[in-house]
Parts: sequence; C-alpha cells; structure tokens
Amino acid sequence: MLILGIESAGAQVGCAVGGHEGVLASAHSGRGRRHAEALAPQIEFVRCQAGIELSEVGAVAVDVGPGLFTGLRVGIATAVALAYALGVPMIPVPSLDLMAFPARWTTRLIVPALDARRGELFTALFRRVPGGIQRIREAGVGTPDELSAELEALDEPTLLLGDGALRHAERFTGLRAMEMAEQGLANPSARSLVQLAHARAMREEFVQPWELEPIYLRQPDVQINWATREGGA
Amino acid sequence: MGDVVLGIETSCDETAVAVVERASVVRSSVVSSQIEQHARFGGVVPEIAGRAHVQELVPVLAEALATAGVEGPDVEVVAATTGPGLVGSLLVGVSAAKALSLVWGVPFVSVNHLEAHLYASFLEEPDLELPLVVLLVSGGHTMLVLMEDHGRYRLLGSTLDDAAGEAFDKVARYLGLGYPGGPAIDALATGGDGSAFDYPRSMVQENPDTLPDDRRYAFSFSGLKTAVVNHVRHDPDSPTADVAASFQEAVVDALVTKARWAVEATGARGACLGGGVAANSLLRERFLDMCIGTGVRAFLPSRSMCTDNAAMVAAAGWWRFQSDGPSPLDTGADPNQGLPLLS
Ligand SMILES: [Zn+2]
Repeated sequence: MLILGIESAGAQVGCAVGGHEGVLASAHSGRGRRHAEALAPQIEFVRCQAGIELSEVGAVAVDVGPGLFTGLRVGIATAVALAYALGVPMIPVPSLDLMAFPARWTTRLIVPALDARRGELFTALFRRVPGGIQRIREAGVGTPDELSAELEALDEPTLLLGDGALRHAERFTGLRAMEMAEQGLANPSARSLVQLAHARAMREEFVQPWELEPIYLRQPDVQINWATREGGA
Repeated sequence: MGDVVLGIETSCDETAVAVVERASVVRSSVVSSQIEQHARFGGVVPEIAGRAHVQELVPVLAEALATAGVEGPDVEVVAATTGPGLVGSLLVGVSAAKALSLVWGVPFVSVNHLEAHLYASFLEEPDLELPLVVLLVSGGHTMLVLMEDHGRYRLLGSTLDDAAGEAFDKVARYLGLGYPGGPAIDALATGGDGSAFDYPRSMVQENPDTLPDDRRYAFSFSGLKTAVVNHVRHDPDSPTADVAASFQEAVVDALVTKARWAVEATGARGACLGGGVAANSLLRERFLDMCIGTGVRAFLPSRSMCTDNAAMVAAAGWWRFQSDGPSPLDTGADPNQGLPLLS
C-alpha cells in the first residue's frame, strides 16, 4: 500500500510517499512559517518524483501534534481533505513518536523535546522495543527545568533530541549520562512518518478523515480579535 | 468552462462549503456556525475558531457535495477565501481547497472575502445593473464601494475606527444583551423609541460638499459607542430598549445617509447591501426607502446571503476564474488582504 505522509507540526513542513519498498520520494523545507505556501507544491513534487498518481495512494498519514498550532492545522487540513477526496483512510501519528523513531537503535531512554515557544517544550519518553519504540510517558508540555528534574530523578542513560532540547541545551548540561542528538534529528520528518505509518497500516490502525483528532495539549488563549470579526448580525 | 465551482469559506467563525453553477445556481450552501463556542467570551477567539474549522471541515464538505448531488470529480474549480480574516482560520480553508484541487485535478482559485460579499447580491439577482453602489457592513468591515463592472471597484470610503458590527457587539455587551450583539439589539429595538436619545452621527451633515473628500464617505462609530456608554452610566434608569433603538437609529442613519450621497454623486443605476449587519431590519427598511427616494434599483440579499457563506465565495471565484484563470499552488492566506481596487 502506498502511503502519503504530511508533517507540519514543527518549524519544518514536509511530505513523503512510500510503501513496503520504503520511502520513494520526500521533500522538506524549514524556512520560516510558510507552511501553507510550501505544502501543496511539495505534494505535487513528491508525487512526480515517486512517479505515481495520487489515485494510487491507499492511505494518508499525518502528524497530529503536539506542535505549533497554525502550522499543525495547515498539515491536518490538507491531509484530511486529501484523504476525503481520495476516499482513503488516515493514519494519525503524534509528532513526538516521529522524533523518537529515527533514534530506535539506541538502548538509552529516548526523549524528544519539541520547541513549544513561550519557554516551554512538548516532551514524551520512549524506550526501544523489538521492532520499534514504545512510549513510556504520555506527551506533555512543560518548562526545560521540569524536564531536567524529571530526567535527573530517572537517572539513566538518556538521548535527548529535538529543536526544543537544542534551544534550551544549557538546562540539560548538568545531567549525568545524557547525550544530545544533533541538528539532523531535531525535527519530526515526513520520511519517518511514512515508515512508521506503514507498520501501522499493516496492522490496519486507521481512522476516517472525520474522526481525526489533533493533539494540542494547550488550551486556546482567550483573546478576542475585534479587528477581524465578521458576523455582526 | 469551470462552471461547477466548489467554494470554501473559513475566514472567521463560520465553516462553509457550497457548490454553485455559473455564479448563479446555488446547488448547495452549507454553513456551520461556531457562534455558541465564542458566545461566552463575547467575541471571536481566534484559536477556538481555527480548531473548530478543522473539526467541521470534512462534515461540511461532505454535506455540501451530497446536497448538490455532485461527486468530487464533477467539480470544475475549487475556490477558497484567502483573506482578509483570521490567519489561523483562513489557512484551514486554503489548505483544504488546494488539496482538493490536487486530487480532482482541477484549478484552484483564490477569493477575496470582501469581493465575495459583493457577489452575494449577484448570486441572487444576476440582472443587477452596473454601476452599483454597495454598502458592505459587517463585524470586521464597513465600507462604501462603487462597483463599475465585474472585478472593477472603487472604494468610496470606509470606517476610520470600529466596524458597524463591532459597535453593535460592544454596545450589546455593555448593555448586557449577550453576543452576538446585532440580532440582540435589533430585537430589543423593535420595542423601543429610536428618537428617545439623540446620539451623535459622525461626519454626517446637511451638505456633503462641506466635508473634505477623504471624510465624505468615511464612517466612525467609536464616538457613538462612547456616547452610549457615558449616557447609560450617568442615567442608568434609561429604558434599555430606548437606548438600543436610539443607538441603532444613529448607526443606520450614518450608513444610509452616506449611501445616499454615494448614489447621488456617482449616478449609480443600483444600490445593494452586503455583510452580516445587512441583516439588520432597520437598515434594510431605511436602505430600501433611500433607493426609492433616489430612484435607483435596490437589492437586499436574503439574510443567509448577508452573513458569511461559501456560495458567495464560489460565485466570486467563478468571475475571478473567467478573468484571471487559476491561482498558483503556493498561494497562502493574507489576513489583511484588501479589496482589489482600481487606482
Ligand atoms: Zn464577511
């Protein structure tokens, strides 16, 4: 089964297509916050590079967060519309699973930390298991100091990764047996998304486009935008 | 070509999808309003709006296609509002529209939300004569536009501060009438005396020629709102229905007076209303009287076509597609996008 994957939860936006032969084509861009502008041309590019028609896609995978709200919505709106129009099911994958997945060869505790802005991080804890990774602590949002304290209490060899970890690197330098992954693993990737989603597709872990639930982790800021309100009546 | 247009509108707090043929036959127009989700905050909360659009997108799309009796591949053009509006909301519709255009292999067309409001009237009355004066009044905008031809607009004037709908919301909130304020004040005012209190009309006088050019068709409602608040503070026993009616009278008087000046000065053949505040009963009544008085043809869109909907987006998208062709796939949202004007 061919899977089209869309990832837009972090600073990058990306798209990939693949199946049991692995990833056939992918595109990522990380310039600023122009996710909406970049994504549709990326899909068209990846489709051409993979030499497929969109009608051959059997499922649409999407990063459902947590992540930066606006970028996340661009990816999710695109993905649900694609899946609905194609009449295919979806495979939702959390962003932190995507970040941990490429580190699945390490025996260390895997800790992705995505930059949540406002001095906070989206984090979860994973451990290697046969055939992949397993989440051992649910995704949450908190300060670098809170994460640092949690890891200090666990006191075990840890691999910390993600743009949030790199941004607040000085908060983690005191931890014993901690290793920081480099820039190449700092963002969730559409390639990982397609690989992870393929395994889930084999187990038929599908949802329908109207059932997809984004993971926000934060309540909306209640701030009324008078300038752009339309209704009035 | 491109006669069956699917329109998507997500610029503010309504998720809407419609299927319209040749900008004149509405095959379906589905609107999912989020008013209840924003009501307890007294206004639209952008992040709540963005989340709700994601939630509602597929159900509204599915219903619009089913009601129209159209399969996806029958759609010939996909049009979506790209601005002005809330950026996090606009992006949901724009992203979905581009995805649909990729799957169905049909053009995507970017639509200006204000232009869509202008086309709401054409959708219901394709024989409207040009040039046309349009009074566009909503919670986000208050402007007088001269439409010389399709796609050719001159902005005569707009609000210098609050939009008319915003003034309704703020006064309603102050009077404890809840949200949204427009319908609440409209309903209460029917039992009140609109001449009870003489609230100020900004830049409205006997002779429009004594106003400078840039003020002649301009509006201002923040002074009116302040006057109402000060009056109620000093005289708390004023009957609320009279306050609401007098406030509404002042807003409508300013709007209709300037619309009349515009009709008289431009020699327009017709005049119409657009935007959410165009559902206000006093405004509709006075606007119609003004048109009869000046001898121009009036058109008042139905209430459901005044408020945000996707049928008007599909109609404007059809006209834009005829003149400009498809929009590029790297089109984004522009929260401050202005009406495309003649210089
Ligand atoms: Zn509007």
